This record gives sequence, structure tokens and C-alpha cells, in this order.
Amino acid sequence: MIRVVLPHHLRTLAHVDDEIHVDLNSSATVRAIIDAIEEKYPVLRGTIRDHETKKRRPLVRFFACGEDISHEPPDTPLPDSIAKGTEPFFIMGAIAGG
Amino acid sequence: MKGSPVDPERLYASQTSAWFGQIIQRSDDGGKSWNTPGGGPAINPQGMSMGESNKFVYDGVPGTHQWYDGTQHPWEFKRVWHLEPSLDDPNHVYAGVEDAALFQSKDGGASWQELSGLRKHDTGPKWQPGAGGMCLHTILLDQKNPARISVAISAAGAFRSDDGGKTWKPINRGLHSQYIPDPLAEVGHCVHRIAMHPSRPNTLFMQKHWDVMRSDDAGDSWREVSGNLPSDFGFPIDVHAHEPETIYVVPIKSDSEHFPPDGKLRVYRSRTGGNEWEELTKGLPQRDCYVNVLRDAMSVDSLDPCGIYFGTTGGQVYASADGGDSWNPIVRDLPAVLSVEVQTLC
Repeated sequence: MIRVVLPHHLRTLAHVDDEIHVDLNSSATVRAIIDAIEEKYPVLRGTIRDHETKKRRPLVRFFACGEDISHEPPDTPLPDSIAKGTEPFFIMGAIAGG
Repeated sequence: MKGSPVDPERLYASQTSAWFGQIIQRSDDGGKSWNTPGGGPAINPQGMSMGESNKFVYDGVPGTHQWYDGTQHPWEFKRVWHLEPSLDDPNHVYAGVEDAALFQSKDGGASWQELSGLRKHDTGPKWQPGAGGMCLHTILLDQKNPARISVAISAAGAFRSDDGGKTWKPINRGLHSQYIPDPLAEVGHCVHRIAMHPSRPNTLFMQKHWDVMRSDDAGDSWREVSGNLPSDFGFPIDVHAHEPETIYVVPIKSDSEHFPPDGKLRVYRSRTGGNEWEELTKGLPQRDCYVNVLRDAMSVDSLDPCGIYFGTTGGQVYASADGGDSWNPIVRDLPAVLSVEVQTLC
């Protein structure tokens, strides 16, 4: 089980209050986690990454174990603590609101 | 946002942010609750599009339009500017988007398809963005002729389809825009808003970047009716619910000074379909007022006498219950008001 912390607006959109949980059939990567989120919460499709190109939206960032991994290739294996659910995977909106 | 004219419980709203992009929200209970169409639990009812209510993909190869510097620039979807529910089916709704194109949904906003004949018009490469972006902001539907749709784009101009949106023609003859190389060009005019009374679909009233215009032949030709307005720059324009020759505008000082002339917030009313205007000031601030009124932020109800409503970039919404003679702020201290829509529920 993967634990995911969504930014506030996406929690509202998905009607969830706290962190969400997704199960993966494959190894833990950013692509696999986003695929699983979009499968479980279709409302979030297009909000984290583009529908067609699958590119991360520019003002959305990904963090694992305190590290910004937004620019890592999406198939890069994530740390064990993310894969085992001891640490959450963070999806954050850039602090760009002034 | 806008409600369906055939189902007052059905409302559509567009949200956009730089972070998470386009969101379409729908209410089926008159605004008590909102949901993203097709965005619910991942159980896919047969034929229901899931997670695609914010998927606006141009039909085919998007091509290019003119950019601010005169070069060609690829068409890129940015946001929905206006939602217009159809006149006969609550699940059928049109969306005007930036970069300018017209989409429609026939499943209550769960999925969208482009009516691409508009964007693929021969003049498309000459369309250019206005200061706010290249937006399709006005969608007019004709209850007497369901095949007719008229739209307006900043800064391309007005266009009309007489075959349900398959083919389009520019309807800009008579517009005169001194700020473009050919003031009488077929396209390139910065139309800010067009209004129409449902009983007279051939009569259109336009607030252009500069100039208030009128057409009595469904846009085939236009003539200026700015008359005695203190400034003919502005954004919204609307028509009285029961008097098709009574129209309203809010003059703004200029394209680079988006506030009322002399700091006085005045609605102007013409009871003669233009040319002769009277200022309406009772209840509106008459000194040191520097707000703007955006193009989608004026609406009328269908009560008698007709109610008029408009919102400002300063966060006030003013209402008049007597056709504009007097005004009251019915809400204040909102963020900049982008859209004001009215439903008459009794």
C-alpha cells in the first residue's frame, strides 16, 4: 500500500479528508502511483499531469523522503519506505500564489 | 457559470487555476452540491466517460494562429471562458475556450468534443489574442432557429453558423477598429460581448473594445450606436427581459485605464436600442471608484419590472429591481467578480 498526500485543492476535488492509499501491481514509481491515483479517483485526471502527454503540470511537484523528485524520469524506482508505506509520497502545488 | 434554461436545478461552472488546470463542475440540485461530471468513484457505468470533464482536445492537428508579435503560434488549450447550456436539453452544453474554439458536451459535461469548423475557418491563422488571451467568450443560441449559433472571440471578431456549428462565417462587416492595420478587416476585431433578446434573434448588440454596435440582420452588417456615451469602451452589454430595445452598458475609461470615467460607476441605459443613453447612478458610487466590470459579469432576470445585476472587480455585486433606476449592493468584499448569472425561480 502506498500512502499519498494530495494538495488541499485536490483533496477537496476528490472528496477525501486525509492522505489517500493506493495499491500497485508493479514496482513503486511516480508513473505507477499517478496511474493508480487516476484509476481510483478519475476526477483527478488532468489535474496532476496532462491527459494526453502525461507530462507533470508545471506547478505540481513530487516529493519522496524529503527530496524533490519532480524532474526524475517517471519510471525511476522510489525508495523502499515509499513502496512499503512507511513514508507518504507527497504531491504538492507550487507556492506561487503570491 | 450558467444554469440550464430547461432545468433550473442543473448548473454548470468552470474553474481554472495555474496549478491544476481546468475543472468543470456541475450541480443537479440548484447549487446545493457540486460534482465533477464523470469524476466519481472508479466504477464506470456503461458508456459514461470517466475523468474527462476537463479534457479539451482540439480536433486533428491544431495548427497556428497569430501571436502578439505577429508570428504564428500553436493553438493551446488554456481554459474555459464561458459555458452555455442548450435551450432544450440539460445534458447538452457548449463551452467557449481559450485558445479560441467551441466545444460541446452531450453527456452533461462528462466529455467534450470540438465543433472544429470554427477554428478551422480559413481566417484562423489571422486570429490573435486580446490582452486577456484569445478567448471565445460569447455563445448565442437562437430558440427560433436551432441550427443557428453565434459566437464572439477576442480578438478575432464575431462568427455565425447556420448549420448547427459545422460551418462558420465571420460576421464583422461594419466594425471599424482603428487599432488594427486594416480597420475594416474581415477578422481581427476585439469584440468584448454580444447580447440578444430571445424574441428578436436577428437583433444583436455588441460592446466592442471601443464602440457599441448594433445589427438587425443577425450580424451580417453592423452600425455604431455609441451615441452620447461618455466612453464607448467597456465589457458587458445586456438587454432588458421585456423590452427588446432597452439595453445596458457600463462605460470604462479606456483600454489601458480599466475604471469608470471620472471615478463614477455609472450604468448607461438606452431605451431606443442605442444612440440615446441615460446615466443610471442612484445607489452606485459617484466618486473615487476605480473598479472594472468584466464581460460575463452582467445579467438580467425575467421578473416584472426587470432586475439587472452586475459584479465588479472590487468584489461588489449591484442589483436593480426597477430596470436600472436604482441600485443596491447585494454582496460586497468578494474577490473580483468574473461571472454573474441569474435564475428566476418563481
